[in-house]
Amino acid sequence: MNYKEHKSEPFWWGMFSQGGVIAALLIPIHIFLGGIAVHLGLIDAELMSHERLTGLLQNPLVKLYLCVLLIFTLYHAAHRIRFTLAEIGLHSLAKVLPFLCYGGALVGTAVVLYILWVLF
Amino acid sequence: MSDHKTIKITVLRYRPEEEDAPTEQTYEVEFRDDWVVLDALNHIKDHIDGTLSFRWSCRMGVCGSCGMMVNGEPKLTCAAMLRDYYPKEVRVEPLVNFPIVRDLVTDMTDFMDKLKAVKPWIIREEEKPVSEGEYRQTPDQLKDYKQFSQCINCMLCYAACPVYGLEHDFVGPAAIALGHRYNLDSRDEGIQQRQHVIASKEGIWECTYVGECSVVCPKHVDPAEAIQQTKVATTTNRFKSLVMPWGNKT
Repeated sequence: MNYKEHKSEPFWWGMFSQGGVIAALLIPIHIFLGGIAVHLGLIDAELMSHERLTGLLQNPLVKLYLCVLLIFTLYHAAHRIRFTLAEIGLHSLAKVLPFLCYGGALVGTAVVLYILWVLF
Repeated sequence: MSDHKTIKITVLRYRPEEEDAPTEQTYEVEFRDDWVVLDALNHIKDHIDGTLSFRWSCRMGVCGSCGMMVNGEPKLTCAAMLRDYYPKEVRVEPLVNFPIVRDLVTDMTDFMDKLKAVKPWIIREEEKPVSEGEYRQTPDQLKDYKQFSQCINCMLCYAACPVYGLEHDFVGPAAIALGHRYNLDSRDEGIQQRQHVIASKEGIWECTYVGECSVVCPKHVDPAEAIQQTKVATTTNRFKSLVMPWGNKT
């Protein structure tokens, strides 16, 4: 067997790993705030209103935060989906899957940037 | 009525000169509270059926020879107490993910090749003469790698690893953990000679951190942790070399 160090994989795994930390730490807070706390009356619904939240998007720090939150988690999902698909039987597509999955994350990145910086 | 207790041991048999595919055979042996599965197999071999083949040596969890599937789980048969299964039947099969040579004996060639590939020995750029004495180490330096040095090459982790089951090119838990053990050793200077194997596509990147290797490891080596540590270190170094290409590449 001729082994060769894989030069690009640390980048994808690094994005996956950072995305995993962000997804595990921050996404539950957003689910709680937007999905549970408002409906239970724990926080004022007005604070989470569409107008107020879109208003917050004018702040570049909020945009930056959302970029980190959304983009890294896309790469986390892409990496996980790539390996899950290979392991549930699409092993013959192992060479194509990185392009499909990370390509999807790249498209997602462009969409996030477009929404945050062009639409708002 | 006699209080003579017995237990059924069903063993996978494969005699390539006699049959094309594995079959199974059930033996009824005396149940003893202090017997392990290996004792029952040795009882079968010595008193019931001398044709049954299996590997064993030390009988005390040190040699790593007697790894088999016991009721579907990779176990050292010298550490699997019969009383944990009694009165149910015990099913003994060869370690999965390896070709069967005969009965419970598997072909270890693939693992041995991978083990050799990670160079699990201390590599020095230049050996100092014996007259200059030994390479000394502090207790803290020993602590860095000691856990990963406990591997007995029993291959239970390869039988437990679903990734190795799907992708036989995967270097695998024990070999990577042993490479990591030497990379962490303060006396070693061979990290670059191992990196192309350990950080290859077939190396750490194939692992999806299922963690079954660490669950079944009888010596608590925690190969999944070794792989995870290596992934973090390799990724950190890769990003460092991108940001600071002039930096020290380790």
